[in-house]
Amino acid sequence: MSDQWPLWEVFTQPPGGKPHEHAGSVHAPDAEIALQNARDVYTRRGEAVSIWVVPSATIVASAPTDAGPFFDPGNDKPYRHPQFYKVPRGVKVF
Amino acid sequence: MTNANLFEYLLRLADDRLVLGHRNSEWCGHGPILEEDIATANIALDLLGQAQLLLKLAGETEGQGRDEDALAYWRDESQFRNLQLVELPKGDFAFTVARQFLFSAWNQGFLEALTQSKHEDLAGIAGKALKENRYHLRHSAEWLIRFGDGTDESHRRAQTALDELWPWTGEFSSEDQVDRALLAEGIAPALTPLRPPFEAMVRDITARATLTVPDRPMRMTGGRTGRHTEYLGHMLAEMQIVARSHPGAVW
Repeated sequence: MSDQWPLWEVFTQPPGGKPHEHAGSVHAPDAEIALQNARDVYTRRGEAVSIWVVPSATIVASAPTDAGPFFDPGNDKPYRHPQFYKVPRGVKVF
Repeated sequence: MTNANLFEYLLRLADDRLVLGHRNSEWCGHGPILEEDIATANIALDLLGQAQLLLKLAGETEGQGRDEDALAYWRDESQFRNLQLVELPKGDFAFTVARQFLFSAWNQGFLEALTQSKHEDLAGIAGKALKENRYHLRHSAEWLIRFGDGTDESHRRAQTALDELWPWTGEFSSEDQVDRALLAEGIAPALTPLRPPFEAMVRDITARATLTVPDRPMRMTGGRTGRHTEYLGHMLAEMQIVARSHPGAVW
């Protein structure tokens, strides 16, 4: 038996229909306890209306070395950004 | 007369929570793992919040100008009205979890019944406490199941805790003239009918935990009339020393 429980990533949904956001992580031996620990560590002051917990080991993440090929190409192609369009009259801009 | 009974009754409910909250708070910084340290402190704070509301109401009912702090810090051991179960030392973590489970399992039915009280403020406090209790029950039950159905050592510790704690639960449902007087007025629920559903819940969870409810006689009672174990005085000394050393201090 390892001396640490598995790590779980915690996502909490703020009130008002916003999407779930990464809040942090907790250690827990299983899913139910992960959910309870997430509740106790991240949502005690009314920050959330819903919680997701995901085993950290199941998250596939990009590596720092991916940064160049993944993200650089967007930087020098301003035409990819839609700011050249005029917003038609009658469309409400938020 | 009504007020004397109600004051007494509110002290009982408040002191259960004040003392158990303090016992749970003793884990703060000493929990078996960070997450559980926080969870136990959260439960302690919930219980303390319930105690504060109940003591405030008790002070108003008494009408002698005592507020919740006066009642928490300036009463002595024999004036405390809590169950003996809640004053026992925190023990190991299995003991703390098993005690919280038994207390929360009892209070699930009790608080539900208390929300029907004709005393509006008391019914309101019961409703708030019931929400918190649902989580305390879920948390402690899930842990008891994992301890019982876990390793040999966790099973042994959980069973030892249950064997020790079970005989103290007789006090949950023992009624006296205070309960009966308030029952007659529609303020307090009858306790005896709450016993079978409580025992059914305990047997369900312990069965899932592969634990057994011991076949042991119930202990003598006395907490409700101020007769306590040797442990409460020491706990109160620690809990009250700062307030008594610096009367009226604020920060």
